[in-house]
Amino acid sequence: MLPLLRHARYVLSENPVTGLAFGLFALFLIAAIFGPVLAPYNPLQSNAAMALKPPSAAHWFGTDQLGRDIFSRVLVATRLDLTIAFASVILAFMLGALSGVAAGYFGGWTDRIVGRLADTIMAFPLFVLAMGIVAALGNEVINIVIATAIINFPLYARVARAEANVRRDAGFVEAARLSGNGETRVLLGHVLPNIMPIMMVQMSLTMGYAILNAAGLSFIGLGVRPPDAEWGIMVAEGANFIQSGEWWIALFPGATLMLAVFCFNLLGDGLRDIIDPRMRT
Amino acid sequence: MLNLLLSRLATAIPSIVGVVVVTFMLTRLLPGDPAAYFAGLAASPQAIAEIRHNLGLDKSLPEQFVAYVGDLLHGNLGNSLSTGQPVVAEIATRLPASAELTLFALIVAVAIAIPLGVLAAVKQGTWIDHLCRVVTTAGVSLPVFFTGLLFAYVFYYLLQWAPAPTGRIDVFLSPPTHITGFYLIDSALTGNLEAFWGALRQLALPAISMAIFSLAPLARMTRGSMLAVLGSDFIRTARASGLSPRTVIFTYAFRNAVLPVITTLGMVFSFLLGANVLVETVFAWPGIGLYAVNALITSDYAPVQGFVLTMAILYVALNLTIDFVYGLVDPRVRLDS
Repeated sequence: MLPLLRHARYVLSENPVTGLAFGLFALFLIAAIFGPVLAPYNPLQSNAAMALKPPSAAHWFGTDQLGRDIFSRVLVATRLDLTIAFASVILAFMLGALSGVAAGYFGGWTDRIVGRLADTIMAFPLFVLAMGIVAALGNEVINIVIATAIINFPLYARVARAEANVRRDAGFVEAARLSGNGETRVLLGHVLPNIMPIMMVQMSLTMGYAILNAAGLSFIGLGVRPPDAEWGIMVAEGANFIQSGEWWIALFPGATLMLAVFCFNLLGDGLRDIIDPRMRT
Repeated sequence: MLNLLLSRLATAIPSIVGVVVVTFMLTRLLPGDPAAYFAGLAASPQAIAEIRHNLGLDKSLPEQFVAYVGDLLHGNLGNSLSTGQPVVAEIATRLPASAELTLFALIVAVAIAIPLGVLAAVKQGTWIDHLCRVVTTAGVSLPVFFTGLLFAYVFYYLLQWAPAPTGRIDVFLSPPTHITGFYLIDSALTGNLEAFWGALRQLALPAISMAIFSLAPLARMTRGSMLAVLGSDFIRTARASGLSPRTVIFTYAFRNAVLPVITTLGMVFSFLLGANVLVETVFAWPGIGLYAVNALITSDYAPVQGFVLTMAILYVALNLTIDFVYGLVDPRVRLDS
């Protein structure tokens, strides 16, 4: 553990941007956990008298067409956006890592089926497939999670397959097998834990994409429904006012979304440098 | 040459089969009873049963699949509920608008990403290398619908350099004579400079928004593969033989480094086709993405499914083309096949 921490400190001092990303990540976590408590106004409370007011001391990010406080809405939306992204990444990890590890370890038919499945998903432009899935499953938030997990599945399956394949005949696997463990036990107890660090890197690398994808889907009206606060749908609402010059409605949720994705992408790169220096580019 | 083409075509067949199976599954996953949905709210049980029979929903799944494939082979993707038009016809008339936007965005992305990647590799560790890293990380982090809106606000509302973000050509200009459906090409062919300029002005902002989003993989791969090639022995030999840096970089290094870049084009197209939907929504671009989004809003599923299938087939075809071009550019691949 100690060498890893020392290495982490070295990477952070080499690359201060990663430190910045960790700071941002902490901020987003605080917003996600305490957002509803910290919000100065009720995010759903409309107030016709205060509609479309530019940013001021009372309303830091201005108000929208219904007079709702945009700062409160952006803050409260953090929880929903991050939950969708986390849930879909975890689901993609469970589906992808398990089937990928099995494919790499057993080979043969398992490998062929998982490979074909991954190839079929990759044959679609991913965002378009996600649209089709949410349209087919129904316009619910949970279906955004499922669609985002499905389009991320091939990435996880491929990485897990390659890593498991390399370790299939490694010494520690042979030892586990010789001491009488069943194949499933070797797979889950010995191979899977060994590829976890790489899967963690994969998860943080796909978080940014998952947020972007979920926000894009709700931007075109899928999943999250008004009046719920979510960054993508708030940008969509603000889009109607851009041409008349009310920039703040779309700008603040959009900029927050961008910052979140940026933060997770930097974090993913940083985590990769800490855990797996070989993959550094 | 013919062998190469045939072997590449053969690799596309499983993808197409997969795409058709998945889109079939998506049509059968519709929430609720599709027959009741197509019959409308006030339909009687008899009417619903009749529609179920007409749609073939009372048959077994394999039979439905055969009927679905038969329909596809006849170019039948169903009718749009809101307009009553066949989906195939509507998609066909809108496809040139999307294709022009996507290809133009690709050209912009390549024009920025490749010089940036080459420069970042040649001048590794300097400000241009850092610029390359910032641009690529920021590019993939920018939600493309947000960049589009920001551009519309700055360049249309504030600066008034760009025209209103509504459609392919100014309402006061008439579109060029229809030849290819690409406004830029059509207006250039007919010598209609006014329409060319008008179409270009409309195209600029959406295409640049898409290009920024999709140039990251290209720039990263160009930089990485240029670095790898520049460190190899034959470059050292070329340098030691006294060739000018320009010859070494462009004739020797770049021609070898461009090969892996071609393979990333598949990923770039996946980004572009997805971003296409969002950008068309922001700029009211009358392509197939906007068509699908409008259909989604009115719960009109046939156009959405037609759109997903069209995009997937296009994407498979694009990947096939990329593979084929790669085979043409790299003689080693040709020998293997």
